[in-house]
Amino acid sequence: MEIVDIVPPMLKNNVIVTTVDSLFKWAHGNSIWPLSSGLACCAIEMMSAAGGRFDIARFGYEVFRPCPRQADLLIVAGTLTWKMTPPLIRLYEEMAEPKYVIAMGNCTIAGGPFADSYSVVPGIDEILPVDVYIPGCPPRPEALINGMLKLKEKIMHPEHVEKAREVLLQQKLAKMDRIKEMGGAGK
Amino acid sequence: MLKTETYTLNMGPQHPSTHGVLRVELELDGESIVKVKPIIGYLHRGIEKLLESRTYIQCVPYTDRLDYVSSMNNNFGFCHAVEELAQIEVPRRAEYIRVMMAELNRIASHLVFMGTLSIDLGASTGHLYAFRDREDVLDLFDLVCGARMTFHYIRIGGVIHDLPAGFIEKAKAFIDKLPERMAEYDELLTGNEIFVRRLKGRSVMTKEMVLSHNMTGPNVRASGIPFDIRRVDGYSIYPELEFKVVTGREGDNWDRYRVRFEEILESAKIVRQCIEGLPEGPIMAKLPAVFKPPKGEIYSRTEGTRGELGFYIVSDGTPKPYRVHIRRPSFVNMQGLNDMCAGYYIGDSVAAFSTIDPLMGEVDC
Repeated sequence: MEIVDIVPPMLKNNVIVTTVDSLFKWAHGNSIWPLSSGLACCAIEMMSAAGGRFDIARFGYEVFRPCPRQADLLIVAGTLTWKMTPPLIRLYEEMAEPKYVIAMGNCTIAGGPFADSYSVVPGIDEILPVDVYIPGCPPRPEALINGMLKLKEKIMHPEHVEKAREVLLQQKLAKMDRIKEMGGAGK
Repeated sequence: MLKTETYTLNMGPQHPSTHGVLRVELELDGESIVKVKPIIGYLHRGIEKLLESRTYIQCVPYTDRLDYVSSMNNNFGFCHAVEELAQIEVPRRAEYIRVMMAELNRIASHLVFMGTLSIDLGASTGHLYAFRDREDVLDLFDLVCGARMTFHYIRIGGVIHDLPAGFIEKAKAFIDKLPERMAEYDELLTGNEIFVRRLKGRSVMTKEMVLSHNMTGPNVRASGIPFDIRRVDGYSIYPELEFKVVTGREGDNWDRYRVRFEEILESAKIVRQCIEGLPEGPIMAKLPAVFKPPKGEIYSRTEGTRGELGFYIVSDGTPKPYRVHIRRPSFVNMQGLNDMCAGYYIGDSVAAFSTIDPLMGEVDC
């Protein structure tokens, strides 16, 4: 018997039956608190997103916290250098679970125009687990908002992301098989 | 037996009021500051080294990322240096467009200064107003080059596109609206007693102090020295334009705020003159397919938003520069931080960082 069935008929219209888990996910997905950590150019676009025109507050994500203990999203906005890496990892470790990471901008994702520099980290995924990548140099505030909505989707429906990942993996495997077959035929 | 000693407090590199990844070691005696030591390098990307392996044309986008709030001024500075080195004659229309863009960018950059200053002093509403007006400037840039930041619009020899249809009208509308908007800031910030008390008489820099630290830009003008490279060197079309070099008197935080405030209005005047006098003609000088400046070296300076922006370029006759050194104004201005903070309370240090207006992309390069 489902729990829904034991709700008296007169209360059916006023009572929502759900699990604590999905209630938590719903609340969490709609009020992500980002850490106000800007590294370079992308930080200015992050500030623009919090400004009047783009108004990230419409989605509930405007609570930029200066303290990592209160934040649950790390937006790595800007070029990450090797010198900045230990403080950034420390910030990430100080954040309470559940926590997420957005890699904003080409520099963070893969080094961007500084990929061949001696001091720039060529891709943040060598250091931190990344949930959403937002390409652009710098990405527009709309792109940041879209990225945060993607993150919301991931928080509220992790199974969708799992499914998408499974599909991608299957496609990749199929492609590898095809390449193998073609290689065999060539010989 | 009682004894007192100083203690050290660390601020940053991740701190909301240090304008990026600056780390500051404060030596404190109770609540007053004894010594301030800025520790930089958290955003060092090795741009000067990277430029040695790029052609001159490819170098220009890297200058966008130096002082990312005023990219047009950096593009202008670098292209100006290369043009002096190779002795390229830039068409007059291009010069007008360049100056117009540089001054619009100065407005945008000073608006960011006002926004961040008000956040640092605890008035986060000011940020919303400043960024609202900055969006109007960014809309104009979006029209001419399709980007909101990192424009790469000013190229060696001119500008890449001519002004699109409707740009002049929009720019005029913005310039007309600006004095009204600035009056609004005057009511919101300038007349605010808390704001005034946090800034007046704090972090005083005398003429001798700013000169000994070789500070430039609004920081030196606030102390009463009318040093503006637009006026002193008179590069590009600046000698033909009328504008006032705004100076302060005391050299305190308040003067640094007022100088930037007035400069916004002066820049608006320059933009208006550029629109009125805009000549017809080509926008790009003829460059060879493989651009190779002659052997030699040059130091060329322009007035960036934060001070004297100089490029020292050594050419060995190949398409790539042999060495590029960039004199970044924020980096040099940062030397004054200790004198600005020593002797004042710890709360004032935040206002001092903010009124130097450093950008870490430029400090660390």
